[in-house]
Amino acid sequence: MNCPECDASLNIPDDAAVGEIVSCPDCGADFEISKKEGVNVELKQAETVGEDWGE
Amino acid sequence: MSKICIVFDRLRSEEKMLEKQAIELGHNTTMLDAKITQFNTDSQKNDYDFGNVVLERCISYFRGLHFTACLEFLDVPVINKFVVASNCGNKLIMSLCLKKNNVPTPKTYFSFSADAAKENLEKVGFPLVLKPVIGSWGRGVIQLKDNDTAEAMFELRELTNGPHDRIFYLQELVKRPPRDIRVITVGDQVIAAMYRKSSGGFKTNIALGAEPELCDITKEIEDVCVKASQAVGGGILGVDLMEDEKNGLVVHEVNNTVEFKGLAKVAKKNIPKEMVEFALNSTRK
Repeated sequence: MNCPECDASLNIPDDAAVGEIVSCPDCGADFEISKKEGVNVELKQAETVGEDWGE
Repeated sequence: MSKICIVFDRLRSEEKMLEKQAIELGHNTTMLDAKITQFNTDSQKNDYDFGNVVLERCISYFRGLHFTACLEFLDVPVINKFVVASNCGNKLIMSLCLKKNNVPTPKTYFSFSADAAKENLEKVGFPLVLKPVIGSWGRGVIQLKDNDTAEAMFELRELTNGPHDRIFYLQELVKRPPRDIRVITVGDQVIAAMYRKSSGGFKTNIALGAEPELCDITKEIEDVCVKASQAVGGGILGVDLMEDEKNGLVVHEVNNTVEFKGLAKVAKKNIPKEMVEFALNSTRK
């Protein structure tokens, strides 16, 4: 599938799961896998790092 | 067969390791995205399928904390408990818990306005380390070496003016080797430890490029860490220690949603396995 931001080709591993983040190798945008049924994958814009993120 | 639910908001290696381990141990395992879960004041435990216990693993502290409050409202057992997340998520509260329970910790000064913080600095002198009370990965941690840096930092706080910017947490700069020790505790057990060697600056966060190296768990490390864990309420925690030249081991942080990706590769014990077993055993008591 292609990057929703720059249309580059996105490599989504077969074992990727819902909730995982994929990054576009071209533009660097981060996307979260929101749905995955077989080869059909839906992406949404990943959240940006929050002030309260971490351990 | 027991059922365990792992709550996340960003699926990292740690959550995948926990899931894999729980499945390998034969437990029914569900992964739940906190971002798409809803509660209301009439919610009942039976409306959901949380299983025997929930492992709360959100990367966002506030999301995880409030999610945990909802789970406890429904009487769902959750690791870590709300009180533990609350104690660990705020550095000021955490320091108070440690000191109150006689856990060795660096001397820390608290003030509630930029003016009071400046007065504090004048009395104590430089250097001191300014840390945000909420936050992780060493972000916003600044060594205040002189008045100019302090003035700039306090001015910045006034500009950003977030609710936590009015809380000034100033800690002594501990004289130590250029490393700290990260210890993972599960209940009253120390599971694994590593040195985190600074990659140049005074910070030793792995997120900032510090080099991890396996650390032997001594009796002293074990004793201090178990005491630190108990001081914040226990559970699955990451205890950070410094080797103070003056005072020996001091605890400067206890982390609620501990990251263990790097340590898991070299640790003698199976970290995710210990965590899953502890979570399920905690419901059987």
